[in-house]
Formats: sequence, C-alpha cells, structure tokens
Amino acid sequence: MPAVLEIEGLRKTYKSRRRGVRHALDGFDMLVEQGQVHGFLGPNGSGKTTTLRTLLGLIRPNGGRMVILGQEVPAALPAVAGQVGAIVESPQFFPHFTARDTLSLLAGAGEVPQNRVDEVLEQVGLRDRAGERVKTYSLGMKQRLAVASALLKNPKLLILDEPANGLDPGGIREMRSLTRDLAASGMTVLLSSHILGEIQLICDSVTIISLGRRVAFGPVDEVLAEHSGGGVRVRLEAATDLPRAADALTRAGVAVTAEPDHLMLAGVDKPAMVSRLLAEQGLYVSELAPVTVDLESVFLELTATAAVPGQHRQVDESTKVGGAGQPGVAGGGWGA
Amino acid sequence: MSLYRTELRRLGKRRFTRWATLLGLLVLGAVLVGVFFTNEKIGPDQQAAAQRQADQQYQEQVHWAEQERASCERAKAAGENQSEGRYPPDCAMIEPPPQGSVEARWFLPSTFDFRGSFEEMIVTFTAILALVGFVVGASFVGAEWSSGGMMNLLLWRPRRLTVLLTKLAALLTGLVALTVAAAAVWTAGFWLVGSLRGSTAKMTGGAWQSFALTGLRGLVLIVVAATIGFALASLGRHTAMALGGAIGLVVVGQFGVGILLSMAGTRFIEAWLLPTYALAWMRKKITLENYEACNATYYGECKPETLDLTWQHASILLAVGLVAALGAALVTMRRRDIA
Ligand SMILES: Nc1ncnc2c1ncn2[C@@H]1O[C@H](COP(=O)(O)OP(=O)(O)OP(=O)(O)O)[C@@H](O)[C@H]1O
Ligand SMILES: [Mg+2]
Repeated sequence: MPAVLEIEGLRKTYKSRRRGVRHALDGFDMLVEQGQVHGFLGPNGSGKTTTLRTLLGLIRPNGGRMVILGQEVPAALPAVAGQVGAIVESPQFFPHFTARDTLSLLAGAGEVPQNRVDEVLEQVGLRDRAGERVKTYSLGMKQRLAVASALLKNPKLLILDEPANGLDPGGIREMRSLTRDLAASGMTVLLSSHILGEIQLICDSVTIISLGRRVAFGPVDEVLAEHSGGGVRVRLEAATDLPRAADALTRAGVAVTAEPDHLMLAGVDKPAMVSRLLAEQGLYVSELAPVTVDLESVFLELTATAAVPGQHRQVDESTKVGGAGQPGVAGGGWGA
Repeated sequence: MSLYRTELRRLGKRRFTRWATLLGLLVLGAVLVGVFFTNEKIGPDQQAAAQRQADQQYQEQVHWAEQERASCERAKAAGENQSEGRYPPDCAMIEPPPQGSVEARWFLPSTFDFRGSFEEMIVTFTAILALVGFVVGASFVGAEWSSGGMMNLLLWRPRRLTVLLTKLAALLTGLVALTVAAAAVWTAGFWLVGSLRGSTAKMTGGAWQSFALTGLRGLVLIVVAATIGFALASLGRHTAMALGGAIGLVVVGQFGVGILLSMAGTRFIEAWLLPTYALAWMRKKITLENYEACNATYYGECKPETLDLTWQHASILLAVGLVAALGAALVTMRRRDIA
C-alpha cells in the first residue's frame, strides 16, 4: 500500500519570552497508508491539532519532513490542497452567512462545481436547515457543516480533527458509517478523537502521541495485542490440577497468578506453547483464552494517563518517549 | 480568477458592506438635498428684493446717524459732559455712511454656483466615501480573521499572499465601481442643483478638466483609505484593530499632538495634522497662516507668515502610509501561525 501521508521527525517549538520554550511536537513520526481509516490519539495537549495544522500549512514547523500524496509539504501544498479535505478543531465560520452560502463560497474559491454543495449538505443531514445563518446553529450542526466543508472537494485524504465533538449519538453513528463508506470508496481518512470505542470500531490503524512524540502505531489489533501484555486465561478439566500447572508454567518462565478456578498468565507470546507445555505434564486445558484488552486501557497504559484515585492529573503529565524522564514527569512543559 | 470572483461575491453578500454603503449614500443624499433647499436661483425679482433691503438698511443707518448727531448737539448745548466719551468733541464728526456702503449682494439669498462650489462638493464626497471605504475594507478582512473564515479559506487556497491580495483586489473593485457610479450621480445631482437653484454658467472645458482631476485625486484617496483599513484589520486580525487604530490615531495622534504642540508654541500646528494633508491633496495646495508672526509689507500692513503645503507633500505621506500598512500586513500574512 502506498503511503498517503508521511511525517518524519516533525518539530514545532513555541517560544514565550516569559515562560521559555515549549516543544509541542518533538520529533513526531506518522505514516498513513492509502485507503485506511487511521486513528490519531493522544491526551489533551499532546500535539494532535498542532500536527494537523502544520500538515495543512497553517503553522510553520521548526523541523522535520512531511509528505502528502507523494509530494513534500508545505512546498507542494498549493498542488495537493485540492485533494485534502480537512477540519481542524471545531472550525468557525462567518456567523452571518447561511450554511449554503458558506459552502458555495468555498466551492467557488476552490473551483468545485456548485452542485457539490447540495450533495454534501444532504450527506451531513443539513439539507433542510441549509438556508439558515450559521450563527443560529447548534454545536453539532456547526460540526456537521465543518464535515460538509471538508467533503466538498471530494478529497483523496480527509483529515478530521475531533469530528464527533458535539455530535449526538445518532450523529456519531452516522459519522461512523459515513467514514466507513468514504474509506470503502477509496478515500483515506485521518481521524483524531478522544472517543476510543469509536476509534476501535472504525479505524484500521492508529498512531498514539504523547507530549509531541509517537508512543505507538500500527494496525489496531496489533497495537492491542502488543500491549495486552500477553495475558491468557487457563482453565483445566480438574481444578485440583491448577497448582501443578502453575508450577510447570512458572518453571517455563511464565508469570502466573493463581485464581480459585483458573490461572491468569502474563507475557505469553504464543498461547499454543501453554497448551503444549501442559499436555507434556499430562494436564489438559479446557479453556485457553487470550485476555482481550480494549484500546482505552492500552491508551491509558501507553500514555500513562489513567486516573489515580486521590490525585488530579495535570495536562502534560503523560508518557515521554526517548526522553530521560519517566512517565508522569512533566517533561516538555514550559521551561523544558 | 475563481477566487477573485468568489471574493467579489463575498463582498456583496456581507451585510456590513451593504449597510455601510447604504449609510454613506444616504449621507451623500442628505447633503445634496440640503444644498438644494438652502439655495435659490437669482433672478430680477431677487435682485430687486435685495436692492430694496439694501436701500432700506442704508436709510436706517442715515436716520440713526442723524439722530445721534442731534442728540450730540443737544448734549453739547446743555453743557452736560457726564457720559465721557459718548460723543466726539465735534458733533459734525458723526456722519452718515457713504452712499453705496450697503451692498445689495449682501442681501441676495445663497445660490449654488456650480463652477465655484462643486469642488468643495467633491471634497465632501471624497471624505464620506473614504470613511466608508476604510470601515468596509477593515470589516471585510477583519471579520474573516476573527470568525475563522480566513483559516478555512487557506485550507482551500494555501497561497497566503495571493489570497490576501485577491481579497484586496475584490474590495477595491467594488469600491471603485461604487465610487464611480456615485460620483456620476453626485455630479448630475449638483448640475441639477446648479440649474434649478443657482447657475451652471462659465463651465468651460478647462473647468470640467479641473473637476475631473480633483475627482481622480479623490478616488485615489478613497482607495488608499480602504487599503489602509484593510491592511490594519488584517494585521490585527480583527476589524476593531483598524477602527481602534484609527480612533487612537485621531485621539492621541491628532488631538494630543495638537494640544502638546500648541503648549510648546510650535508654529503651523496644522502641518502636523493628517486632515490638513488630505485637504492639501484634494485642493492641490493649502496655505497655512501664522498670525503670531508679522511680516511687514511695503505698505506697512502686517501679513501673517505662511506655509504652503502642496499635493506633492501629501502624496508622499499617502504613499508612505500605504506602503507601511500594506507591507506590514503582507509580511505578517506570510509569516504568521494561523490558529
Ligand atoms: N499558539 C500556541 N502557543 C503556545 N503553545 C501552544 C500554542 N498552540 C498550541 N500550544 C501548545 O502545544 C501543545 C499541543 O497542543 P495541541 O492543540 O496540538 O494539542 P491536542 O493534542 O490537539 O490537544 P486536545 O486533545 O486538547 O485537542 C499544547 O501543550 C499547547 O499548549
Ligand atoms: Mg486538538
């Protein structure tokens, strides 16, 4: 699969005379392949929006390389802009224009045929309210308009920064099926969101960012498997055999936690190995189930942002990869 | 090209543009109507009426002088001299004013002489449209910045300078079209006022040419005002930045400077005030006078010291203001991070 989007070593530094230097992006990498729905995850302030803004030429990076559809940006941005539809963090529109005027003006500026306007309005469910001024729209309706504006170009790469922000449950589900349909039609979608259940449902692959650096990436199931910790639940035909089994597995170097009626194993690469090992001892497994983890727990583990009772986690307290500090130390904050 | 057309369309759709334009045109209309009703044509009737009034006033003055002399002589005869200085020592010095000292033209109603007065009207027209241009220009790009519309547009057209300059071109196109159309109506309107409420005599080709040139300078001033408003609002990413800047300039830069300079006793304070240059630009030359200083003439008269400001001086100021504002707007447009 050719890459639609490649980012290497992207850096963006904000300097403030009073509070020093902030590395919003600190050598960030990303790869999105064609036809994928790619999830872009990270705690608040980790640099997602900064990445997307930089990619779209709205802000100037301090270093790194970005390639969209095979062309280096920002240099080739004028050439590729027509193929990249984007919304960046709840976009604002001129409040006194109607949705139709807003889209029609964008279509005019981008040389898109005007009949696309009604098509996308229909697609995002704003057909009947398109003649009203944007000022009177609800949050979700503005968000739908934003999605419509991104779809207007019929882009090859669609970048959506928190598109579900403010959508109702029905809207989120529509967004999900819309995204799937678009991907099925060959569009590549880059989706940033905090709704991890949603990401897990619709994304083929993900990139997780923390404090401006990538902490994990790859197909969703691989990321899940890599970070499930190789957890496996084992039951035997006879519960009385459990201590013997635990013994054998421990000797083979597997971390075992004994429960009354089953064993929990950790760090198992191949569950088949467990079954063979126990069979050699004349122990027969009745259940051998890899413990599934969800994206949420992987995310919390990877970024070290799980809530700790009695503590108030501050933004920027998350995993810093490659840095000297351990997770939880606010590296990369002001003054770093 | 598509961007240019789209920006023209956006300009026309903006309610602020429409309201400001309408307001400007209404003010122009009010001036035209006001001038129409405060002037009248001068015919034999008016001449005769004015002559009658002048004669009457002259008679009154003669009568008054005679009365005064009579009471002066009476006072002399009575020998009373309490009211010191009330009468001259010789009562014959109280004379009636000379014949013809009350002129009939003082009593003529005001009349609109196209040749003599239209230039002032061009200046008025320019002032009003320059103001409209400034606020419309500022709002056109300022609202775009503050609402996030500019960011949206840049996602479609990433060439920032092209986007900004195209917007400016669309703005100026609209403004020039408005100005030219309004100027045609303005000229026709005052020609009508001249014909109905005054005179349109002596309009030679040269006079028309001079009006045309003044009008052209007015157009330039309007365009410069709009461009500066546009540039300031883009620089500050908000309409209010341009309007605030202008108000700040007027309050601090003009009133403040005026007060400071007059306290310091500077000569030709007006030379430090912007409207002076706008006027110099429109009238080709204005002469400032300093009555504090006295230049004695051959005849022993006291002539004030003068300072001439010409349209060339003003053009330097306009060019510098234009280049500075637009240049700064373009440079920051290229560089800035758009959040
Ligand atoms: N203009 C700016 N000046 C200074 N710092 C900035 C600026 N813009 C962003 N940052 C900082 O850069 C970091 C990354 O911000 P960014 O908006 O990319 O986060 P995000 O991942 O989109 O977060 P969220 O999930 O809350 O949307 C933050 O620490 C933020 O404070
Ligand atoms: Mg964000």
